[in-house]
Amino acid sequence: MGRKYKPKLAVWKFASCDGCQLTLLDCEDELLAVTDEIQIANFPEASRAIVKGPYDVSLVEGSITTSHDAERIHKIRRSSKVLVVIGACATAGGIQALRNFANVEDYKSIVYASPEYIDTLSKSTPIADHVFVDFELRGCPISKSQLIELVTAYLSGRKPNIPPHSVCIECKRRGTVCVMVSTGIPCLGPVTQAGCRALCPSYNRGCYGCFGPKETPNTDSLSVQFKKFNMSRDAIKRAFRGFNAYAEPFRKASEAHEK
Amino acid sequence: MAVNKILPRDDFQRLISFLRTDGYQVIGPTLRQGAVVYEEIQSTSDLPEGWIDLQDGGSYRLERSETSAFFGYVVGPQSWKQFLCPPQRKLLTAEQTGKSFNVIVYDEKPIKRAFVGVRPCEIAAMAVQDKVLMEGPFVDPSYRLARQNAIIIAVNCARAGGTCFCVSMGTGPKASSGFDIALTELIDQHGHRFLVEAGSEIGIGMVTKLALGDASESDIEAGEKAIANASANMGRTLDTSGIKELLYTNFDHGRWNDAASRCLSCANCTMVCPTCFCATVDEATDLSGKCAERWRKWDSCFTVGFSYIHGGSIRTSGMSRYRQWMTHKLAYWQDQFGTSGCVGCGRCITWCPVGIDITEEARAIRHTR
Repeated sequence: MGRKYKPKLAVWKFASCDGCQLTLLDCEDELLAVTDEIQIANFPEASRAIVKGPYDVSLVEGSITTSHDAERIHKIRRSSKVLVVIGACATAGGIQALRNFANVEDYKSIVYASPEYIDTLSKSTPIADHVFVDFELRGCPISKSQLIELVTAYLSGRKPNIPPHSVCIECKRRGTVCVMVSTGIPCLGPVTQAGCRALCPSYNRGCYGCFGPKETPNTDSLSVQFKKFNMSRDAIKRAFRGFNAYAEPFRKASEAHEK
Repeated sequence: MAVNKILPRDDFQRLISFLRTDGYQVIGPTLRQGAVVYEEIQSTSDLPEGWIDLQDGGSYRLERSETSAFFGYVVGPQSWKQFLCPPQRKLLTAEQTGKSFNVIVYDEKPIKRAFVGVRPCEIAAMAVQDKVLMEGPFVDPSYRLARQNAIIIAVNCARAGGTCFCVSMGTGPKASSGFDIALTELIDQHGHRFLVEAGSEIGIGMVTKLALGDASESDIEAGEKAIANASANMGRTLDTSGIKELLYTNFDHGRWNDAASRCLSCANCTMVCPTCFCATVDEATDLSGKCAERWRKWDSCFTVGFSYIHGGSIRTSGMSRYRQWMTHKLAYWQDQFGTSGCVGCGRCITWCPVGIDITEEARAIRHTR
């Protein structure tokens, strides 16, 4: 059974697809164990019952794309003891950060019938650009087991065991044959942080970099290898311009292949 | 005690069946995801018959061979360490009981395994890991259990791969010890057959039970010729003369930075290396905090966390990590364990996504300033 005081957890949404916060509901088997230990105090996707703040832990999904959100995140920070950002949108600006490489006015006029109704910032930015972040959970979407590990670590007052090394280590531990070496498929695994259990290479696909840059990523060297696979500069640029396009190492790598 | 016998190709299944009937899980080469991997095999139809591997720095391709050899390939991405020293293993569970807790050490059941198709360089790699994991002051009981329950059916190399350099390291292409049975695959006008040499009491017993015919002089000659062919066609060479002193006196060589500019710190070289044994120990708790597990997982000196001690990581730059790995493999290892840590299998060259070549780096350090 649970503890005397159940820490209060809140889940907040910014510009995002909801996939990461739904990972909490996807916990299924572990969900009851989670609610035994922690009070889900503010999670509109799960319940209309909202317990007022302040909160012990806030999980923040999504990026900052409007001036309204740029203010709202400060209120959330003030009412949270620990603030954890979850997913590529919150940690790197998400796929919507592709606008950061273009003129947002151009996008608006192409996408919307009445662009004058759209009030948006010129860039999609990660939460850490606005407020202090205690921990980042990477991924598009985040990993269920890493989320459980994060909550567990919080409850026992220890550092979450979420290694920042490459996807390659996960591939090798599970016995997947390297797709880059055996087939010449370009793969972002050597510069991407582990956490997905190397899902794509296990289906003979190169890594798309969903978990963002790993520690000390060498994107220059990987790009040289991509060139040897006859990838065009544009294709290399696009490879780094995915869900984590605005994470600095990937941003620099894609910008280095512009024109 | 050279007992040379002949196993006809069509009788290879008898060997597999014999091992299986004797209670061994038979692990051998098979095709998966465009590579030769080591997995449990049931019959000769699982073997990569008629396939060879073309290897170079950062590149591995399978190709149809002119012959129907079972063991025409050289080595794949995996090594036998995945069975002896598995990628992840639970060490123990601890459960809270009232105000105390119980520790349940994970009790491994011994599995009798027959490794079929072990290359001479891989036997050498096992000998290196034996020194580290069971012959030194600290014995890894799990490794020892797996090792003592494994029998080795070696296959000498009749072909060298593009990244092979066992001749330089003195580990192949012929196995001289460390096997129960060593085979040499022969395909010529006299047919497709295996020259069989028993290397242990178990091996002699197997050869006797299989009632194999004697090898002729010409079979033995053909075997020597095949192995000489592999010897003469090594894809790489590494000059090991004074290599320890060479590396110890070149910590500041400019080549380290050059290598680091290419190195991805992705850890692939250490994962595929058949002698790399480093592991990390993770503690996992459950949500209630009443149950904990301790797991051991393959780790690598290429991660920042690997050299983390109080206050931070010692090897923060890619340069220091690459230098540490190569210097350990070729030099520190000699001081630490009395052997080289490299057996010349070439995996670190082939499976480096950008093809960094340990033989080339060593050559550059020797010949440039």
